Amino acid sequence: MSTLLETRDLVKTYGTGEAATRVLRGLSLRLEAGEMAALLGPSGAGKSTLLTILGTLMKPTSGQYEMLGQDMIAADDRALTEFRNAHIGFVFQFHNLLPDFTALENVIFPAAVRAGRETPAARKRGRVLLERMGLAERIDFPTANLSGGQKQRVAVARALMNAPDLVLADEPTGNLDRASAMQVMDLIGEINREEGTTFLISTHDEKIAARCRRQVGVRDGIVTEEPRLA
Amino acid sequence: MRYALKIAIRYLTANTAQTALLVTGVAVGVFIFIFMSALIGGLAEFILSRTVGDLSHITIEAEDRDPAVLIDAPGHVLAAIERGTTRTATLADAETWLPLIEGVPGVRAVSPQITGAGFLTRGAQVAQVSVTGVVPGRESAILDLQGYIVEGSALTGSGLIVLGRDLADDLALSLGQTVRLQSSGGITALLTLSGVFETGSGAMDGARAFVSLSLARTLFAMPQGVTRIEIKLDDLNAADATAQRIRALTGLDAVPWTDGAEQLMEALNAQAQTGYVLKTFALITIVIGVASALMLSTFRRRPEIGIMRAMGAGRSFVVFVFVTQGALIGLLGGITGAALGYLALLPFPSREAFEPGTLPMDITQGSYGLAITLTVIGAILASILPARAASRVDPVTAIGQ
Repeated sequence: MSTLLETRDLVKTYGTGEAATRVLRGLSLRLEAGEMAALLGPSGAGKSTLLTILGTLMKPTSGQYEMLGQDMIAADDRALTEFRNAHIGFVFQFHNLLPDFTALENVIFPAAVRAGRETPAARKRGRVLLERMGLAERIDFPTANLSGGQKQRVAVARALMNAPDLVLADEPTGNLDRASAMQVMDLIGEINREEGTTFLISTHDEKIAARCRRQVGVRDGIVTEEPRLA
Repeated sequence: MRYALKIAIRYLTANTAQTALLVTGVAVGVFIFIFMSALIGGLAEFILSRTVGDLSHITIEAEDRDPAVLIDAPGHVLAAIERGTTRTATLADAETWLPLIEGVPGVRAVSPQITGAGFLTRGAQVAQVSVTGVVPGRESAILDLQGYIVEGSALTGSGLIVLGRDLADDLALSLGQTVRLQSSGGITALLTLSGVFETGSGAMDGARAFVSLSLARTLFAMPQGVTRIEIKLDDLNAADATAQRIRALTGLDAVPWTDGAEQLMEALNAQAQTGYVLKTFALITIVIGVASALMLSTFRRRPEIGIMRAMGAGRSFVVFVFVTQGALIGLLGGITGAALGYLALLPFPSREAFEPGTLPMDITQGSYGLAITLTVIGAILASILPARAASRVDPVTAIGQ
């Protein structure tokens, strides 16, 4: 496997002076292409901050971050936006869909933004992804009319729309019941195996973490352990 | 940016009540803009038609001859020579110039005239009168004489005279009766009253008489030429430029009506300035309304903007979405306001039929295109600030909201 991304000595400090809070304290991590990894750790350990930096939505205070051989620290906002659109997908805890759009429109958003319009090819891929998520009957539904589990599956489909190299999922099942959570994890695992998409999933839930082949422990802003769960 | 347009339209249609309210607010501003344009424009037309409409738009008068210097030897006292009160200068070559002047673009009518002073006598009654000799058939070319006729006809001809109402009453003169006209040169003619006019102006109705040009030649001993040429234009606002053109073409001293009408022009300018101020306030209201509504929308949609940014939407995409919303609101409000303004102006009489006591609204001066264009531009400018604010939304904090 080739290296997808690598961080070295990432430091992230929020605030200044006495109010300064150091969340990441020299975190180093390497992810190989095609991995499915869980990010484990207590609240405040720095998991969300790490995902945000890996997703190029925020820059660290110091440290190095490379993905696909490109320096993510030196890149400007425009370059990072284009890179994010092409190579990174997101799944948030609260699905974060666009409420005034249908399921299909939400899914094809990343492709439409890139092309400047909703192409027939994007619509076709969006339908295929939604069908794969078991939402064939909900394709043209407004997202407001979907259940929590359905919304999260739409969010997964959206994250996969541009066939990204990396999908970052921050507590993707944290807001779902057990059955829905397992359904979402089954889909993620299936896509990881079949398409080789790399997943990094932040979770508190060890049962969810157990579905991943690699577990990365984070505590006090550094990687403390890489336990292998059964 | 078709996709950004789609997002903008979706945002506007997602909350139709709010959008309708916003468009209505813009439409009211445009309505006021158009109403003010039609009122200020109509008022200016009304004032001009009442003050200048019946006057010559361009007048050519013969230049006085330079007085001869009687004593020019060095060391002598020079004598100051005053101009005589009786006009003697003539436009001797008028016949040559008339076709040229008539051919100037924008010239509607040309009336060569011989004017002078005289006395009307009927029995013991004597009245001083200002006599105007006009070409028969062109009596109404400048002043709408036929329009003011209350008895008889405006047509002048051999042995005929047309008088104002007050003058005819002073002389106890009825249609068909005769009156003696003696010119300032002492030449007398016996004339029949063929028409009586009433303009409402005391100076006109009590002291003006119209006769044929040939009769005026006899009365004022002027076998050739005329004393003045009056010119009516299609557009009285073009008087300055047309007068300049006639001067260049003929070398005659063509004077536009605006010369000597500075006070009227100042008043009209002040009125126009007032209109601009009111219209500017209407536009400012539109801009503030659109800006505040979009600012609220930006704030309300912060999480969605954050999601879009996370999904790879650039700052320019976000700016375009919000600026397009502003432009669409401006366009819809502009068209609605312009249509409402036009409909509201329809019941008012046309500019040709302004009546005293009614608002002189001129539906043709609603500035509809300008109102829509300025509204769209204003709405776009108003949306730039909210759009920039939207593009600067931090996706991390916005998604966390």
